Amino acid sequence: MTSARSIELVCPAGSLPALKTAVDHGADCVYLGFKDATNARNFSGLNFDDNALKEGVRYAHARGRKVLLALNTYPQTDNWQRWTAAVDRAAEFGIDAVILADPGLMAYARKTHPQLRLHLSVQGSATSFDAINFYFEHFGISRAVLPRVLSLAQVEQVIASTPVEIEVFGFGGLCVMVEGRCALSAFATGESPNCNGACSPGKHVRWEQTPKGMETRLNGILIDRFADGERAGYPTLCKGRFDVNGETYYAIEEPTSLNTLELLPELARVGVRAIKIEGRQRSPAYVAQVTKVWRAAIDRLLNDAAPFRVEPAWMAELNKVSEGQSHTLGAYYRPWK
Amino acid sequence: MSHAKLALGPLLYYWPRQSTLAFYADMVDAPVDIVYLGETVCSRRHELRLSDWLDVADACADAGKEVVLSSQVLVESESDLKTLRRIINNGRFRVEANDMGAVHLLTGGDTPATDWIAGPTLNIFNPSTLALFADMGATRWVAPPEMSRQQIFDLRAGIKRGMQVEIFAHGRLPLALSARCFTARHFNLQKDTCEFRCLEFADGIPLKTREGEPFLTLNGIQTQSAHVHTLLGDLPAVTADGIDILRISPQGENTGDIIRLFRHTLDGITPPAEALTAAIPLLPEAPCNGFWHGRPGVEQFVTA
Repeated sequence: MTSARSIELVCPAGSLPALKTAVDHGADCVYLGFKDATNARNFSGLNFDDNALKEGVRYAHARGRKVLLALNTYPQTDNWQRWTAAVDRAAEFGIDAVILADPGLMAYARKTHPQLRLHLSVQGSATSFDAINFYFEHFGISRAVLPRVLSLAQVEQVIASTPVEIEVFGFGGLCVMVEGRCALSAFATGESPNCNGACSPGKHVRWEQTPKGMETRLNGILIDRFADGERAGYPTLCKGRFDVNGETYYAIEEPTSLNTLELLPELARVGVRAIKIEGRQRSPAYVAQVTKVWRAAIDRLLNDAAPFRVEPAWMAELNKVSEGQSHTLGAYYRPWK
Repeated sequence: MSHAKLALGPLLYYWPRQSTLAFYADMVDAPVDIVYLGETVCSRRHELRLSDWLDVADACADAGKEVVLSSQVLVESESDLKTLRRIINNGRFRVEANDMGAVHLLTGGDTPATDWIAGPTLNIFNPSTLALFADMGATRWVAPPEMSRQQIFDLRAGIKRGMQVEIFAHGRLPLALSARCFTARHFNLQKDTCEFRCLEFADGIPLKTREGEPFLTLNGIQTQSAHVHTLLGDLPAVTADGIDILRISPQGENTGDIIRLFRHTLDGITPPAEALTAAIPLLPEAPCNGFWHGRPGVEQFVTA
C-alpha cells in the first residue's frame, strides 16, 4: 500500500527563488547544481554559488524537504579536481544526496564521504536492472533515475529486479535521445552534454529575420525557419525541421514536453519511488505551476479513496508551460517510438 | 612504420543477409588485425542471428583475425538481456561491453572475465574511471568519439598500468541513440511494425538542413553525422601519440579500399595528405575530423 509521501516529487531549482517556490508549492525534494560544468544545466545566469546553496539548504531543511545536488557530467583528466571538490562541498553543505553519472566520481564519493547518499543520474544511461545493479554493488547507490526510453512494463521489470529506488521523469522538456548517449551538440558546437553540461548552448545560437522567414541557427547550422505568424522556438538541434528525401519535417522530434500525469497511478503501482520534473533552466513561475499541479495529483492519488482522475484544469495548466504548448507520453506510449 | 593495429568496428547499418555475409567474406582477406562483430544498434535487426555472427567470428578467427563480440548499446527488454547473456557466455571470444549491464555480467558471478574491452559508449573520460574498469579486468579502452587528441593523451598519461587505447578513426560518427526509430518515423511507420526499412539504406538516410547542407544520417534508432569522420590525414599525430588501435567503421561501399589506405599510410607507403585525397571519392559524404582537434565534430580541420 502506498503512503502519502512514498512517491517523492522532485522539482527543479535553477535559482534560489525557484528553490523556494518549489518548496512552497509542495516539492518533497529540489535538485540543483553549481555554477559550472559539473552539472548538465550549465547555463549562464543559472545555478547556485555557496551563499545561495547555504540559504537554499536552510530553507528546504527548515520545512522538512530534501536538497539533491546534480554533479552529473563526466570529469576529464585536467579538471577532475573540480568535480571531487564539488562532491566535498556537497557533503559540507549538508546536501541530502548527490546525483552522479561518472563511476570514478562515485568511487571517490563513496570512499571520502561514506555517509553521503548517492543517486545515479539519468546521464548514466542505465536502462536495465543489470546496469543499475552494477552501480549498486560497486558504489552502493540508493536511487537511479531512468532514461526516458522504457515502457511501463519495462520499468516494472527493472523495479522487480533491483534493490535500488527508481526515479522517473514525469514532466518537462523531452530528450528524445538516450541521456548520456548523445553527442549531437558536441558535433555541431563543440560543447557536449556529457562533458560541458550543455546542449545547443545559447552562445552558439543566432536568430535572423530573412526574406524567407525567421531563421534559427546553431553555430551557423540552420536548425529551423519559421513563417510569419509561426512561433519561433529555441533551436535545440534535435527539435528542428530538416530535409529528408525531399520532405521537410521534424525528422527527430517536435518541440514538445513529456507529460505522464495520466500514468501516475500506474507509476505508483509498479513501485516508482520518485517523479522528477525537468526544467532547471525554466523560471520560478514554471516551477510554481508544475509543482502545484503534480503535488495536487500525487496527493489525490495517495489520499483520496475515489479512483484517480486527471483534472482537465491540471492538463490545461501544464500545457501552458509545455514546450510548443503540446505534450507526449514519450516512450511510455509505444506508437511514439 | 607504425605498430598501430587496425580494427574493423561493428557494422552499424542493417544490410541484407547475403550482403553482410559477402562483406565479411571480403574482410577475411583485408589487412585488419581485429574484427568487432554483432548487432549493436537495434534489437529488431535479425538478418544475422547470434549463431550466424558466431559463424562469421569463426571464419575471421580462422583467418588469423582477433575477434571481439560487441554488445548492444541500448538494452531495454528482457529479450535484449537474454541476448546479452549469450554474448557474455559465448565461451570463446572476448567481449566489448557497450553498457553497464554488460559490464555487470562480465565482471560478476563466479568466473569474472579478465580480459574484456571497454566500449566507446561506457563514457570513460578520466583516469580514475578507467582505473576502476582496469581493476575489473578491462584491458582495452575505446575512447568516446567526442574526445579530442589532447583529452585522450591526458587520460593515457594519467593511467599507471598497461591499457590498450583504441580510437574511432574512420566512419560516420555514431552520435546518438534513442528509443525512437527515425527511419520508421520517416516512413510514417511505428517501430514495432517498421517493415525493416533500414535494409534499403546501406549508409543510412541522409538528413539535410533546409538549405540543403548535409548534417546528419538517420540509421534506425541511431543518429550519425552526415560527414565521414576520418583521421587519414592526421595519422602522423595519431601514431606519435602511440595510439594502439584505429577503428574503421564499415561503410556501404569501399570499406576495403579505406582499410588499405590506412594500412599503406601507417606503413609509410602513402603520405597522409595523399591518402586523404585518395579517400575522398570513396566516402559517402565530405570528411570531418573536428573532434580529434578539440573542435565541433562537424568541422574538417586542416593543420598547416
